[in-house]
Amino acid sequence: MLQRIRVFFAQRNVLEVETPLLSHACGTEPQLAFFTTTFEFSTSEKLFLQTSPEFAMKRLLAAGSGSIYQICKAFRNSEVGRFHNPEFTMLEWYRVGFDLNDLMNEVETLFVELSEGKFNAPQRKSYVQVFAQYTDLNALEFSFDAYSDFAIKQEMSEAITFCEHNHALWLDYLFSFCVQPNLGKNTLCLIYGYPACQSALARINAENSLVADRFEVFFNGVELGNGFYELKDSEEQNRRFEAEIHTRKTQHLANVVKDEHLLSALKSGLPDCAGIAIGLDRLLMILTNADRISDVLSFDIERA
Amino acid sequence: MAVYSTNEFRSGLKVMLDNDPCAIIENEFVKPGKGQAFNRVKIRNLKTGRVIERTFKSGESLEGADVVDMEMQYLYNDGDYRHFMNQETFEQYQADAKTVGDTALWLKDQDMCTVTLWNDSPLAVTPANFVELEIVETDPGVRGDTSGGGGKPAKLSTGAVVRVPLFVAQGEIIKVDTRTAEYISRVKE
Repeated sequence: MLQRIRVFFAQRNVLEVETPLLSHACGTEPQLAFFTTTFEFSTSEKLFLQTSPEFAMKRLLAAGSGSIYQICKAFRNSEVGRFHNPEFTMLEWYRVGFDLNDLMNEVETLFVELSEGKFNAPQRKSYVQVFAQYTDLNALEFSFDAYSDFAIKQEMSEAITFCEHNHALWLDYLFSFCVQPNLGKNTLCLIYGYPACQSALARINAENSLVADRFEVFFNGVELGNGFYELKDSEEQNRRFEAEIHTRKTQHLANVVKDEHLLSALKSGLPDCAGIAIGLDRLLMILTNADRISDVLSFDIERA
Repeated sequence: MAVYSTNEFRSGLKVMLDNDPCAIIENEFVKPGKGQAFNRVKIRNLKTGRVIERTFKSGESLEGADVVDMEMQYLYNDGDYRHFMNQETFEQYQADAKTVGDTALWLKDQDMCTVTLWNDSPLAVTPANFVELEIVETDPGVRGDTSGGGGKPAKLSTGAVVRVPLFVAQGEIIKVDTRTAEYISRVKE
C-alpha cells in the first residue's frame, strides 16, 4: 500500500517531505489531546508530539515548496478503540492551485487505484443533504426544540443534557450516531459542505457563509480522512487559535502553545491550496477486511 | 465508592446509573476526526435485567456500584422469603420472590448457588449450572423406549418442568442444566 501511494504521487510530481514530530507548538483544537515530553538541555523545555503534520507542512508551502505529501506517525492522547490507537500512521498531502473539487477528484482516483475494485463508483453528497436524509433536521440552522424532539424519538434523550444549546456538539452527536453509520455502504462516500461551526482549518465558502470548504471521506460508516480548502488568512487563523485556546481554558483542558511560526508563515503568504489527511491504518483495515485497528498494527498500545 | 471514567468502562464493571446498579457489557469509542469524542455503552440494569444503550461524552464518569457475587447455601423458604447462608461467615441473607425470580425453580434445600449482593442485600440469585432434582410427576414409560425417542414432560420437586427421555420414571433423580432447562442424565443414588 505504501509503495503504491508513493508511486501515485511520484507520477503527479508531488514531493515527499518529512517534518518534525517533536515541536514547540501544537494544534489548539479542544477535541484533540496531545502528548508532551521534556527536552533536557541547558534548560528544560516542554515539547509536543504532533497530532498532525499540518502546521509544519503549511510552513513549507508558504516557503514555496509546491505540492507536497508526507507519510508519518501522528499522536493523539486518550484515543483507544476499535478504530483508534494513540499512535497511528497518517498520509497528508497538499496540492497547490487545487480547489476542493480537484482534491476530491484526486482522492477518489487514489482510493480506486489502491482498492483494486473495492471503491468503484464513489458517492458524493453534501453534509446538509445527508443530515436531512437521516434526521429530517436542518444542519445549518439550529433549533433546540427540533433537535431535542428528534433525540427523544431516537431514545437518545441523554444528548439533550450534554449537548444543551451547543450546535456544534449536537452536530457531532447526531452525525456520529444517526448519519455516519449509513455512509458509504461498500463504497467510498465523500461528504462536503460542512457547517461553518465545524470549519476547523478550512475556509468559509465564498458563496455561502454558513458552509465551510471541508470534506470527509467515509467507507462503511468509517471515517478515513478530512480535506480542506486551506485557510490562508493569518488573522482569521489567529482568531481561531485564540478562540480554541479560550475554549480549552473554560473546559479545563491542558494548556497549549499556539504556533507562531505558522502564523508568520501565513502572514508571508500561503499559496491557494487544498489538503487532506488520511488515516492509513484504517484504510489498511478496509483493504484487508480487518475488524479492529489492532489487527493491522504490529503492536497496538496495549502491547507496545 | 470509586468513580470510573468512560475510558475505564470495561465489560463486567459494576456502576450506578439512574440510581440502579448496572453492569457494563460493551463500550465503543466513537470520535469524529474534528469533533467531540463519545462512548456508546451497552449496560445491563442488574435490578431489571434490561439491557440499554447509553451515550456518554468521553471523560464523563459514573460512580461504582457495591455489587459482589457470593457463593451461598440455600437454606429454606419461609413463605415470604428465601434464606441463604454464607458458609464461611455463617451470615444469613433473605431474598423475596421478586429478587429470586425464576431461579426459584432450581433451588433445592442445602444446594449451593450464587447470590449477588448490592450494598449487602440480595439483588439476584443465580442457580448452579447443574442441579440434581427428583421427578415428582411424569407419565410412565413404555417398554422398549430408548434415549433416541422424542421425550415427555416431567415435573420436578421444585416445580420446574423439563423434557426427559421416555425411559425416565417418576421418583428418579435427574441432572438438569439450569441455563437451558435441559435434561442431562439420570443420577444413580
